[in-house]
Amino acid sequence: MGREAGKLSLILLMTPFLLWIGLLIILPQLGIGYVSLREKISYDEFSFGLKNYVDFISEPVYRNTLFRTAWMSILVTILALIVGFPVAYYIAKIARQKSRAALFLMCLIPLWVSDLVRAYGWIVLLRETGVFSSTLVWLGIINTPIEMLYNDITVVMGLVYTVVLFMIVPLTSTLQGMDDALLEAGYNLGGSRFTVFRRIIVPYAMPGIVSGCIITFMLTAGSYLTPVLLGGKNSSWFTEQIYNQFITRYNWEAGATFGVTLLVFTSFVVWLGLKLTGQSLATTVAKD
Amino acid sequence: MQSSAGLRLIYRAYMAAFFLFLVAPLIAAGAFAFNDSLFPSLPWNGFTLDWFFSPVEPKLGLFYDERLLRGLNNSLYIGVVVAALSVAAGTCNAFLFERKSFPFKGVAYILLIIPLVIPGVILGISILVFASMIANWVDAEFGLFITWLRPGVPLIVLGQFSFLTTITSLVIAARLQKFDMALEEAALNLGASRLRVLRTVTLPFLYPAMFSAFVVAFLVSFENFNTTLMLVGSDAPLTITMYDRMVKAGSTPVLNAVSVVLMLGSGLLALASVAVQRERKV
Amino acid sequence: MYDLSCDRVTKAFGKFVAVDQVSLDIPSGSFFSILGPSGCGKTTLMRMIAGFETPSGGDIRIKGESVLSLAPNRRNVKMVFQHLALFPMMNVGENIAYGLQCRGEKKADIPAKVRRVLERVGLPGVEEKQIGQLSGGQKQRIAIARCMVLEPDVLLLDEPLGALDLKLREHMKIELKQLQHQFETTFLYITHDQSEALVMSDRVAVMNAGRFEQIGTPRELYDDPVSGFVAGFVGDANILAGKVAEISGDEVLVNLDGGGGRIAARRSDASAVGDEVEVFVRPEAMRIGEAAARASLTGTVDSLLFNGANSRILVRALNDQLIEVADPGQSGSLAPGATVTLTFEARRARAFARRQG
Repeated sequence: MGREAGKLSLILLMTPFLLWIGLLIILPQLGIGYVSLREKISYDEFSFGLKNYVDFISEPVYRNTLFRTAWMSILVTILALIVGFPVAYYIAKIARQKSRAALFLMCLIPLWVSDLVRAYGWIVLLRETGVFSSTLVWLGIINTPIEMLYNDITVVMGLVYTVVLFMIVPLTSTLQGMDDALLEAGYNLGGSRFTVFRRIIVPYAMPGIVSGCIITFMLTAGSYLTPVLLGGKNSSWFTEQIYNQFITRYNWEAGATFGVTLLVFTSFVVWLGLKLTGQSLATTVAKD
Repeated sequence: MQSSAGLRLIYRAYMAAFFLFLVAPLIAAGAFAFNDSLFPSLPWNGFTLDWFFSPVEPKLGLFYDERLLRGLNNSLYIGVVVAALSVAAGTCNAFLFERKSFPFKGVAYILLIIPLVIPGVILGISILVFASMIANWVDAEFGLFITWLRPGVPLIVLGQFSFLTTITSLVIAARLQKFDMALEEAALNLGASRLRVLRTVTLPFLYPAMFSAFVVAFLVSFENFNTTLMLVGSDAPLTITMYDRMVKAGSTPVLNAVSVVLMLGSGLLALASVAVQRERKV
Repeated sequence: MYDLSCDRVTKAFGKFVAVDQVSLDIPSGSFFSILGPSGCGKTTLMRMIAGFETPSGGDIRIKGESVLSLAPNRRNVKMVFQHLALFPMMNVGENIAYGLQCRGEKKADIPAKVRRVLERVGLPGVEEKQIGQLSGGQKQRIAIARCMVLEPDVLLLDEPLGALDLKLREHMKIELKQLQHQFETTFLYITHDQSEALVMSDRVAVMNAGRFEQIGTPRELYDDPVSGFVAGFVGDANILAGKVAEISGDEVLVNLDGGGGRIAARRSDASAVGDEVEVFVRPEAMRIGEAAARASLTGTVDSLLFNGANSRILVRALNDQLIEVADPGQSGSLAPGATVTLTFEARRARAFARRQG
């Protein structure tokens, strides 16, 4: 085989990869890092320093938005796990062979529908003149229509709805790999339902749980539409801040600072999750 | 398994409730497109297709709404371009990672996956910032004004391409991994040149994966919001147009009509993709 | 003139030498096999002949011309791959036409050639079938037809029967031999299955650890192995370990380990008195009966293994080793526990220095 030809094809294949990663991922990330360290003095005069970050930390509104986004994302991740696990278990282990694929596909249907449509659907259902409220009035359970949008519970529910599929998919594929004989052996050796769950099922499903949680967390923390549409003006979601700084206020320096902060923060949480469970990014995210 | 009938029933009910939860907003979004009312809410006033086909206000139908149609057009255009580009780049990446060895391949593989991990909003702003930096620099140094580096369709294409390429690369690489190298050797042995082997044996084997990668990339591009929002100029794609309408004009049933079209479109494409995969398996 | 010659061909992967100074000459129109255990380097040798690997040393000649500088797609050796490598994205006709198209043959001539070669392999009219619709044996014949339509100088076959089930494999052995006769092309066949090599080949090379141990006709390999490896690898043999006690002419007397007695065997290498050796005796060389002078063993019948014409008697020797004896008469006269004497002619037992490991 021609060594020269091998080298040439390596260069030809490497070029698009490097252009893509370099020009669209690495340099732009360095770019926002650079802008976040820049401070505007006058129209075209800048000085460099950490002032933007200091501003960020000293302004409670911003700080709290980050913490709020973080803890709500963690809450959503946990809820998605609790809601999704039984579904994944049902599809992988209880459903009959024939209905398995159909159920799995049904889980994927909302995935192919835009976030926007899904959020819009919730709005139609939950707002003051929405389906739920008017149905409750019609049934006589409440007297006046109530607004079910624009509160934290709705936001959390909407987020769980948006991300739960990404929890179910890795969980199902992990659980499908589990031999039923393991469970039968567990019962056979005298384990109660709870022990079998705790000692056999959960440890076996751990890789799926980890990848599900990581994907779910990242998607939640980076989501924009659901919190903004279902939470309204008070949603104080971090990505919303980024948008406001960038597009509404045209304050790129602050926006870039927020962006870097979000990126560092989510990467840190993901890294922590991977470290604690001893997995790697390649095995959790890329195996789909 | 040894679960009692009662528990089994509860489990079944839970599954039913879950699927109801999954489809409820989709049904709500879809159903009110056919309600003969000015608002997407109860009571049900009867069936109508006005929100699709009525040419006059107040019930201006989707197919007569200039701005929505323009948005749809933009989305289709962006989707096709981005999907084609990312399938091309993804195919190159698949060959690079499955067939070639080079230094720092492990690091490169992490870099390949990274774009999936970066939140879409941040991808959007970073490309916006970087493009503006270049544009400003070129402006200052050479006095040239490069329009396509300012928010608009080209930047949207680049922004979506930046993370879709990861998806297409993974899909195509997974298929390439299953390729039996003996097929290429057999073709060489029968006298084919390298290019001919690629054209007649290897690429045909990859076509199904390239097709599904194209469909996935097109759909994700079509429904993308976060990255697009940061890069949009005057030519907004459908999701942005719809969002604008939602925020500015409040919800009207024409948005439900858009939802129906979106759901039908992606459903059909997804079905086509599944069908192609099935057929190839035989 | 030889169709294929290898002259001291060597292939090293780093420090590991996969093929070590291998030479062979294959005359036109013969069926030549390379027989060896997996990992012996036979596949590497074949891949070098096909051009997928470049030798580290030596020369490969096809019809007298060196092909080392030719790319794999320019060599007129065609190959039937282990798993056949039929193109799943093309039908049978397209598979067979592929090489003709690559060669740039006239479009109009191709269908006739495809039809003719399909007739020759006994599958006329299957051009339109998909690969998935063929049976294992049919695929085999299509893979051969795909190569033969190009009229190669040499056809390489890399364990093509490995994926077939036992019954079909037996059948295909005979069929392959017939196809080779019919095409009158040189076949180079690679296998780890000694019965495939023995049944089909005109000549066989036994390969071990990158080298040829012996090249010869199947009968020579079976009756006159030159090394313990060949004796053990080709055909069944009882291997009796012991020490040389005495040498007389071309015979050695061997004291078996564990007090198994003393037997006579043909001296086959330079082992001297006191050296450890292994004596190879084929099951069909042994008889149960009267004690001969030197080449005899005593033992008790352990069990009778019925297998039609291949029936065996297992005899436990004095040193507790189980010895297989052919029992073509399927004599029901013996019962387990009976004491017997095993005899064999000394020239049918071969003593080789004991192998390592």
